[in-house]
Amino acid sequence: WRRRSRRRTWRARSSPTSTPTARSPTRAPSPPIKRLRAFHIIESTVRHGVVPPQDITREAWVLTDEAKGYAAGGSREVHLVAAIPPEGASRAALKEEFGDVVFDIARKAAAKNKWIRFERGIVLRTVEDTTDEMQELLKRVENGEVVPDLIKELKRRKLVTKEKVIWYSLKKGPEFVVKRKTLATDVTREHLKSGDWKDLEFKDYNYEAQGQPIAIGYSQPLLEVREAIQNIFLEMGFSEMPTNMFVESSFWNFDALFQPQQHPARDSHDTFFLKAPATTTQLPDDYLEKVKQVHQSGGYGSKGYGYDWKRDEAEKNLLRTHTTAVSARMLYKLAQEEHFAPNS
Amino acid sequence: CLSKPPLSAFTSSGSPAVLARLPGSRVPPPANNTAPQPPLAMPTVSVGRDRLFAALGRVYTQDEFEALCFDFGIELDDVTTEKAIIRKEKHLEEDVEADGDDEVIYKIEVAANRYDLLCLEGLARSLRIFTGSEATPIFKIASIPRGSMLQMHVRPQTSQIRPYVVCAVLRGVTFAEVRYNSFIDLQDKLHQNICRKRTLVAIGTHDLDTLQGPFSYEALPPQEINFIPLKQEQTFRADALMDFYRSDMKLKKFLHIIENSPVYPVIYDSNRTVLSLPPIINGAHSAITLKTRNVFIECTATDLTKANIVLNTMVAMFSEYCENKFEVEPVEVVSHDGSTAIYPDLSCYKMEVSLSDIVGPIGISLDETQVISLLNKMQLQADLCSSNREPCISVSVPPTRSDVLHARDLAEDVAIAYGYNNVPKSKPKSMTIGGRQPLNRFSDKIRAEVARAGYMEVLTFVLTSHEENFDMLNRTDDGNKAVIIANPRTSEFEVVRSSLMSCLLKTLKHNIDHPRPIKIFEVGDVVSLDTSRDVGASNNRRLAALYCNSNSGFEEIMGLVDRIVKIVRAPHINFGQTYYVPSSEPEFFTKRQCKIVMSDGKQVGYLGIVHAEVLRKFGIPDPCTFVEIDIEALL
Repeated sequence: WRRRSRRRTWRARSSPTSTPTARSPTRAPSPPIKRLRAFHIIESTVRHGVVPPQDITREAWVLTDEAKGYAAGGSREVHLVAAIPPEGASRAALKEEFGDVVFDIARKAAAKNKWIRFERGIVLRTVEDTTDEMQELLKRVENGEVVPDLIKELKRRKLVTKEKVIWYSLKKGPEFVVKRKTLATDVTREHLKSGDWKDLEFKDYNYEAQGQPIAIGYSQPLLEVREAIQNIFLEMGFSEMPTNMFVESSFWNFDALFQPQQHPARDSHDTFFLKAPATTTQLPDDYLEKVKQVHQSGGYGSKGYGYDWKRDEAEKNLLRTHTTAVSARMLYKLAQEEHFAPNS
Repeated sequence: CLSKPPLSAFTSSGSPAVLARLPGSRVPPPANNTAPQPPLAMPTVSVGRDRLFAALGRVYTQDEFEALCFDFGIELDDVTTEKAIIRKEKHLEEDVEADGDDEVIYKIEVAANRYDLLCLEGLARSLRIFTGSEATPIFKIASIPRGSMLQMHVRPQTSQIRPYVVCAVLRGVTFAEVRYNSFIDLQDKLHQNICRKRTLVAIGTHDLDTLQGPFSYEALPPQEINFIPLKQEQTFRADALMDFYRSDMKLKKFLHIIENSPVYPVIYDSNRTVLSLPPIINGAHSAITLKTRNVFIECTATDLTKANIVLNTMVAMFSEYCENKFEVEPVEVVSHDGSTAIYPDLSCYKMEVSLSDIVGPIGISLDETQVISLLNKMQLQADLCSSNREPCISVSVPPTRSDVLHARDLAEDVAIAYGYNNVPKSKPKSMTIGGRQPLNRFSDKIRAEVARAGYMEVLTFVLTSHEENFDMLNRTDDGNKAVIIANPRTSEFEVVRSSLMSCLLKTLKHNIDHPRPIKIFEVGDVVSLDTSRDVGASNNRRLAALYCNSNSGFEEIMGLVDRIVKIVRAPHINFGQTYYVPSSEPEFFTKRQCKIVMSDGKQVGYLGIVHAEVLRKFGIPDPCTFVEIDIEALL
């Protein structure tokens, strides 16, 4: 006889077909199981072809512990009366026997039933025997009988509490099987080898879950853009120039491109000049002379800039400020060829 | 490195570059206090809108005016008012009362080599000629007999400091306040622009009626020069004047041009009145006022060509206010060796160009008449050429167009006048076969291979600090390795990287919270001193990779190297059975580092577990293995 705890305990029916009645709730199987676990067990029955459970909520009046005591051994007022000798007993004596509280309650109840009367401080019986109606009543309630008119009194005397019980009704569905079937999550080599794959049934797959993250490498996005741009030129028939030389002389970077020597672009604000290596002394002399002439006094259709061009300005090294410096070198190189023609 | 987005330097500051950057990643401010204004910005001219439209002879909507600017090749940059400008300068709030009026001001950006567009007069005139409502003016030199010309005598000492001077006179001008302001502003713009902040040329303008010619251009010790400078009441000696101006916001930046010279340039009239102390300040005596009628202009310079351009621009712009419009009175400059020259030299530069040389480079077909009319719109006086078999055009380039040097410049102006958007597009006429540089093609293959191995590619700065390049890697600088920058803006740009190691370690540091393992790589150039090359340095293409995890990943990196060695094997690239030779470099742990060598013993790379000291300096808490390979050697 299990203590009813505050927590709801679920009861699983032993027979799947019968429905619960108020009269005959069956005991829960032992050892007792926690609610959540029981719920999972019930849910899992669904997989075995059991129709999803309906829940039925019942409310019932149950006896308090105190009341159970009375149901079993008789009510207090009966005991009280039984304890009164024919000549009566003093209040004090009875109080001593039953305790103040119990005496009070029993006295009230007995008085109500007109089983006792008081005479000069003595409590006397009025009846010879008592029928323990209370005990009868409690037993009836314990058995599940509903007694709407008397329930109020019992409630008042704190002999009953309302208990809510939720029942689950399980029924066999069309795919009901007794033996538990394991669903597969994956196909394995063993399945194929043994031929078990023919009996495989798959668990439902959750397509909404993310796939397994994979380890990958990455290309740098700017370099992908660079590649796209390179392809545009390659597809048009352009040949790539070698630009893998960051250090350049002012000659190729500026002078050969006719940027005057006092031009603001050659300021230290805008150009990284170098401490090491500081200068380029090897420059094509005849070409340099021509460049100098054009800066100073023009030529090749140009008026020139009309200033004094200095070689040591041209010798200053810097970090290339534009790839046009490479174009200048390439053009010079092409001009050395015997025969100038498109590259094909 | 699973499903997370790629490693980036989306650093805490939010800067979007996928490069390794420093913490708090704004570009750090320059180390020295040089002017922040970028010198290559297109000059901007501020003109009052209504004055401009009055000068143009019609009113435009802003859209119409923008379209006109666009066609001409200039740009309306900003529309504001003088009040708004002053408010901005003084950082005042919107509703606070500020000086200045509500006259709408247009800020127009012009090309840096168009000195004739730097003031309202020149801008309006060019636009009127462009729209056809006016013809290009012909500038005249007033016919003054040689003996009666004003003279400027040049003393020999000036060649020590500022050798050249050119002069001109504008007779009978009427200066209203706006014209006067325009006159001053143009001098400022020219000083900023072609004069390179007065170092090449300095302009001085004077009220001729307060002076007595002939003038002399001399260079004297500062103690011998005394005068009352503009806006002052008392006389200053020139050396004391230098000190006086040291706190003047506007003038202090010009002092360096002469202050250390034993002699300062100075211009006197025949009464020893100081006209000016170039390039610093004019004398108060000859200051121009709104009442001035005759203007004397002198330009002293270290570059005679530019001095002439500047003088020509001044007179071309403002001679329209002379009594005889567009007429300029000449001045004779007498040199100390006796030679003389007459200025201004307003002669036109004559060019004869074939029609095909003009329209050919553009790719349009026009006949001579059409080209002539287009050139005329751009102030380039053009005519049919009498000579030659093929069609030819003779062009007279006025002094306002000193930017025209070559037939190509004529072609450019024709294209602008024609309208760039009207030039038809076409495909190249000759077929060529393109191609890549072998090293670049090879690099791309290597990059793809390493990415396939699950590494993330990064792109880091080529410039770095000396410390990162050496000390932080436990490497020493013997002075023969790195290319060093002479004028670094910040310590971040002191040297060109000699190795990719610091770059990858720095990138790792800034992405240290990324899930493990962190695998990054880069294929890029490093630069070293190299006496075999004409410039004295050369690039070297390298592959570098870095692995970081709670374990060092030494075998992982070796696995990557094995893969590289395998794929580059070629008849001329030989690796033996083993290609690792133990090494003992300070940047790695001992016994966990080696060189990578080819079968002939040539070292092509190295790898190792990064030393704890190096990790500490870079601020990396987890072990790492690093490899660097010279891929040019594997080509």
